[in-house]
Amino acid sequence: MAAPTMDRSTAAAPASPQTLTISKALNMGLRAAMEANPKVIMMGEDIGKLGGVFRITDGLQKDFGEQRVLDTPLAESGIIGTAVGLAIRGYRPVCEIQFDGFIFPGFDQIVSQVAKLHYRTQGKIKMPIVIRVPFGGGIGAVEHHSESPESYFAHTAGLKVVSCSNPADAYWMIQQAIDCDDPVLFFEPKRRYYEKGEVDTTTQPGKLFESRVLRQGTDATLVAYGPMVRTSLDAANAAAEDGTSLEVIDLRTLSPLDLAPVFESVRRTGRLVVVSEAPSESSIASEIAAKVQQECFYSLQAPVLRVTGFDTPYPPSKLEEEFLPDLDRVLHAVDRSLAW
Amino acid sequence: MSSPEQWTHPEPDAAPAATAAKPTAEQVIAGLRATDEGGADLVQLLTPEGERVSHPDFDIDITPEELRGLYRDMVLIRRVDREANALQRKGQLGIWVPLLGQEAAQIGAGRAMRQTDMAFPSYREHGIAWTRGINPTELLGIFRGTDQGTWDPVEKRFHPYTIVIGNQVLNAAGYAMGQKFDGKVGDDEGEATMCFFGDGATSQGDVHEGFVWAAVYDAPLVFFCQNNQWAISEPTERQSRLPLYQRARGYGFPGIRVDGNDVLATLAVTKWALDECRHGNGPILIEAFTYRMDAHTTSDDPTRYRLSDELEMWKLKDPIERVKVYLVRQQWADSEFFDGVEADADKLGEELREFCTNMPDPPAERIFSNVYAEGNPNLEAQRDEFLDYVSGFAGGEH
Repeated sequence: MAAPTMDRSTAAAPASPQTLTISKALNMGLRAAMEANPKVIMMGEDIGKLGGVFRITDGLQKDFGEQRVLDTPLAESGIIGTAVGLAIRGYRPVCEIQFDGFIFPGFDQIVSQVAKLHYRTQGKIKMPIVIRVPFGGGIGAVEHHSESPESYFAHTAGLKVVSCSNPADAYWMIQQAIDCDDPVLFFEPKRRYYEKGEVDTTTQPGKLFESRVLRQGTDATLVAYGPMVRTSLDAANAAAEDGTSLEVIDLRTLSPLDLAPVFESVRRTGRLVVVSEAPSESSIASEIAAKVQQECFYSLQAPVLRVTGFDTPYPPSKLEEEFLPDLDRVLHAVDRSLAW
Repeated sequence: MSSPEQWTHPEPDAAPAATAAKPTAEQVIAGLRATDEGGADLVQLLTPEGERVSHPDFDIDITPEELRGLYRDMVLIRRVDREANALQRKGQLGIWVPLLGQEAAQIGAGRAMRQTDMAFPSYREHGIAWTRGINPTELLGIFRGTDQGTWDPVEKRFHPYTIVIGNQVLNAAGYAMGQKFDGKVGDDEGEATMCFFGDGATSQGDVHEGFVWAAVYDAPLVFFCQNNQWAISEPTERQSRLPLYQRARGYGFPGIRVDGNDVLATLAVTKWALDECRHGNGPILIEAFTYRMDAHTTSDDPTRYRLSDELEMWKLKDPIERVKVYLVRQQWADSEFFDGVEADADKLGEELREFCTNMPDPPAERIFSNVYAEGNPNLEAQRDEFLDYVSGFAGGEH
């Protein structure tokens, strides 16, 4: 294996906390994971010389070499299928799927091999593979570049699914996902890549598979993940101006779901609105609604409501502002819940 | 036919290293060659009549003891196959995937491998499993429904059976890339990987992608395609116009067609291919031209789609008989040897029956075990709830 060529003397850690974009935080998180473990390798289309179409892997091939940052042939099943073999060989592959809508050629390998090899062999083979997926809409893109396919993977036993919503989580969650011995689908909110936030690179803020209360409130609970966390926080700010106190929970982990903070919150507020860009039928939002009615039946003051994308293919981008949940649609649902 | 050296060290300006005489346009369009035996292209060292023939590129020195060993392997794995087939008919297995007719392809390829090489099988590779030291009893649970393969794939260097057609080809390509990244390729001590799949699999995208990946990363991977002429009911001509081994040319590596019913030729070609790979000249495609003498599985009825005269023709090319004839003619084995192998086969069959009929059902907890390496609290709660429900029945039986 080629030794990392990076000159560490020039890469001293800058002061922490720093203000970073999600994009830069992911880049730094990937770099830290590669420095920590020589078995961590990156695989994907255009991730080497180009640094990825979103530049998330920018500079990594230059510093770690072509054998650790692989510009692969253009075939997603090939990326995932060869990552399986490399994982069996002892590597920890981090695969980039260029856009959400391109993951489906790799779907077979993900659900048939990545998800099941540990079970099939009863633990004799581990699949420490991370599959990074820039997902969601809001960037004015053509078809297949704005989808939210996370429910397919949360529905598949053997996979773990997470999504980050801010730079600090981006930095830490990607490293925690790479450390995980289970396969992790890592959904990155591409429309939020360039939003900034403070990142403390010296202290891990918590575990990977935990949801987190981002804003405390008393009148109703909003649950969101990925790109809709920002939307939900904005809605809570706007509601506060009208005197309504909304609690906002960032799900962070979609499989396994960590709903204990949600149950605790709903038992206090009695009202829940789930916000997600994905179509609502048979979705993460559906699952949360089912679990909450089961666990919080006597606490609920209103039915669980869902604010989601519609049950259609992702529309032409001139219509995406109507398709995607926004602050007004979230507040409209909150009003309906409060008026129940 | 050009030499192996030409195949693996092509001169950039040299004429293409043809692996066969060019077919005429009419032949290609007629689509006949995918199922044609290949004539001069077919590497054969032992004819169906048991005549030893030489080959300019692939020959092999074999001792009487080694050939007796290959014969014994083939007889024993055929017995395993027939016993398991019978166990399915008796209701002891849910299904069986017969190997009958492919013994030479698998024993030849399997015995060419070293312990340090890795193998990725499809689901008919009982003969390869045998050569990797897997006890045939470990194959039964997959088809009885008690487990999904119990051997240690890392220790045995034998991946679990893969049932989704073609998936394992990409997994093997990745593993072979890892061997290269690890610096285990380049000399006599190098490692290599073998990947097994059938004629039907060659239509899968994963096999195409596996060819691409292995080629562009110079992976030490031997693609071993057993063309047994039938993908359930579909003949190879439904998968390809071109003979399958000739596809390799399009990906930039050698493709060789071997008589898959000739254990010597299969052994010789596979040894050569593995050796090229461990020296860094991979990948290589081998098409073992053979025949599926039984059904696709015990659930299949081949009389609905193929004629019995085809079967009768292939019976004359039996992989075991030709070795027996040669051993006798050379006076390399006597009746005592053949009787001993038969006795070993009887004993193995008995062990298999005994083991199979006494296999316990797995406990209910097995549904939930090892879904994740690091656990999942929600799944654990679901398991506990179910086990609590089960334990509520009288006597704890469910």
